[in-house]
Amino acid sequence: MFQYTVRRLLISIPTLLVISFVIFFILDTAPNDPTGNLPLTIPPEVRADIRKSLGLDDPLAVRYAKWAQQFFISEPLNFIESTTGISIGNSENRTRIISWQTRGPVADAIAERMPQTLWVLGLAYIFGILIAIPVGVISAYKQYSIFDQVGTFISLVGFSVPTFFTGLLAIILFSVKLKWFPSIYDTTLVVKDWPTFVLQVKQMIMPVTVLAFFNASQLSRFLRSSMLDNLSQDYARTARSKGLQERIVVLGHVLRNSMIPLVTIIALGIPAIFGGAIITEQIFRINGLGALLIQGIYNADIPMVQTLTFIFAILIVVFNLIADIAYGFLDPRIRYS
Amino acid sequence: MASISSTTETMKAPTPQWMETWKQFAKHKGALVSLIIFTIIVLAVILGPILWPLDPNYSNLRARNEGPSLAHPFGTDNLGRDLFAANLYGGRISLAVGAVAMLISIFIGTIIGLIAGYSSKLDGLLMRFTDMFFALPRLPLLLVVIMLYRDKLRSLFGPELGIFMLIVFIIGATSWMTTARIVRGDVLSVKEREFVTAASALGSKNGRILGMHILPNVLSPILVSATLGMATAIITESALSFLGLGFPSDVPTWGRLLFDGKDYLTLTPMRVVWPGLFISIVVLCVNFMGDGLRDAMDPRSKSKA
Repeated sequence: MFQYTVRRLLISIPTLLVISFVIFFILDTAPNDPTGNLPLTIPPEVRADIRKSLGLDDPLAVRYAKWAQQFFISEPLNFIESTTGISIGNSENRTRIISWQTRGPVADAIAERMPQTLWVLGLAYIFGILIAIPVGVISAYKQYSIFDQVGTFISLVGFSVPTFFTGLLAIILFSVKLKWFPSIYDTTLVVKDWPTFVLQVKQMIMPVTVLAFFNASQLSRFLRSSMLDNLSQDYARTARSKGLQERIVVLGHVLRNSMIPLVTIIALGIPAIFGGAIITEQIFRINGLGALLIQGIYNADIPMVQTLTFIFAILIVVFNLIADIAYGFLDPRIRYS
Repeated sequence: MASISSTTETMKAPTPQWMETWKQFAKHKGALVSLIIFTIIVLAVILGPILWPLDPNYSNLRARNEGPSLAHPFGTDNLGRDLFAANLYGGRISLAVGAVAMLISIFIGTIIGLIAGYSSKLDGLLMRFTDMFFALPRLPLLLVVIMLYRDKLRSLFGPELGIFMLIVFIIGATSWMTTARIVRGDVLSVKEREFVTAASALGSKNGRILGMHILPNVLSPILVSATLGMATAIITESALSFLGLGFPSDVPTWGRLLFDGKDYLTLTPMRVVWPGLFISIVVLCVNFMGDGLRDAMDPRSKSKA
């Protein structure tokens, strides 16, 4: 198991390097000019200087190496320094990944936007799991009952209807018609007392509910089918025949085994919900990471887009790894060789 | 031998095996109702723009932001364009994008899956390649590629065809991995069966074995992943258009109509309800049909239903 983990970790390093290069290459072949948005009155020689100062005249390999050095070495070191207060090496002259839009470090912009995204997505995912577990268990235990049929239908609907439609419907209903919740998420709101806390809850209800509904429908479908597989297994029959209470058989034995694939699905779904944040943040106008990416794309801010896209790739690789390792831990029948 | 004769028969005409699948499919009530609704929507978007006389791009500035009426059943937008015509026309593009992107993705996935499953030399390499595609962040990458290349393709092929080709191609090129894995898995088991050994003993070339003997036996998972792939492709296109990075506004698709309508939620809320409803219904129908198809083609589930 340990060997397997180490080997997987080692494989994921070249994978990530290849992906970061692919992203860099795609962005680089782009037929557009980062100085294109500057005023037309700037003379060509100044424009050439700007290009030079952005490092655009270097060959591809040099620019990639510079970015990689900044991303993999400088920024992590900066992070360690700012959190622990210890200075490592020559921290004054360390170059950082600079956004072309704001002329500020990309990492600072990301750190600033991260909390909004994490709060909304994290809560939505947790609520999604909390809804999915009882629904999945009851649907499977009472298969073909009315609860199961309604539940399965609703989860198929929740899974098919895109969040950008349910989100807009929620806005029409609760913001426009009933005026219960604000339709624009105010990221500058600081929670310091009870009224601001209520405001914060109010503005989070819609995005969290819409996303949680979507997550819950996906997860409950998985849990239901995995419960169905386990309910008919011999060990469930054994547990019943030795006189265990039905409750303990279902919740203690069957659910525990059915949670194994669900944990994998939950881990694998985390990068996907970050991707989904791009859409959700657009619907509810949340100033999070997804909005940062869209803004970067519209303004041809290559360093920002490159860094954010690569962070999404890291999430995918890391959570794939976590899913595989968790699977091995939870299920002793799985032996990695 | 049974599987050889049955698969060669399926290529001629509806035979008992297909009738059997159809019967199973028809037992799944949701799938059957979905098939009917889906057919109606497809017919409506194909015939609709011919029968409905208004042009989706004709703007009548005297009739802006109107509610539903006999002349405009879905109302009009902020430029006075008829939204019923726009929804019909938009459905054509959304469904066409879904279908073509799905075909591209199935094509790539099937070829890679067949080769990886059949050739043990290329298997490792192709599966690493597939894993790498799985690890690519899909939506950010799609957005970036569209943003960067749409002007170039637009100038090459014209505004509508250029962006259509770009969107269809990149959705297809980033969604073939699941199909490839499923096909590979099935090929691995089918290629060990006796009829494949027999065919190769009779001197059939590799290409012929793959195309004539193995492919027909892995068709059912391909069909199921094709239906699900179409649903994903439609959602992806709508999401891209919803972010303003899909089709331009003079080419209405369902996603684009949502994007344009979302700024008028207080004035004309129905503007986003119709296209959203169409996307949802189509995706729901396709998912239901996929479920039905899987049940109908999976021999293990036959005894249950």
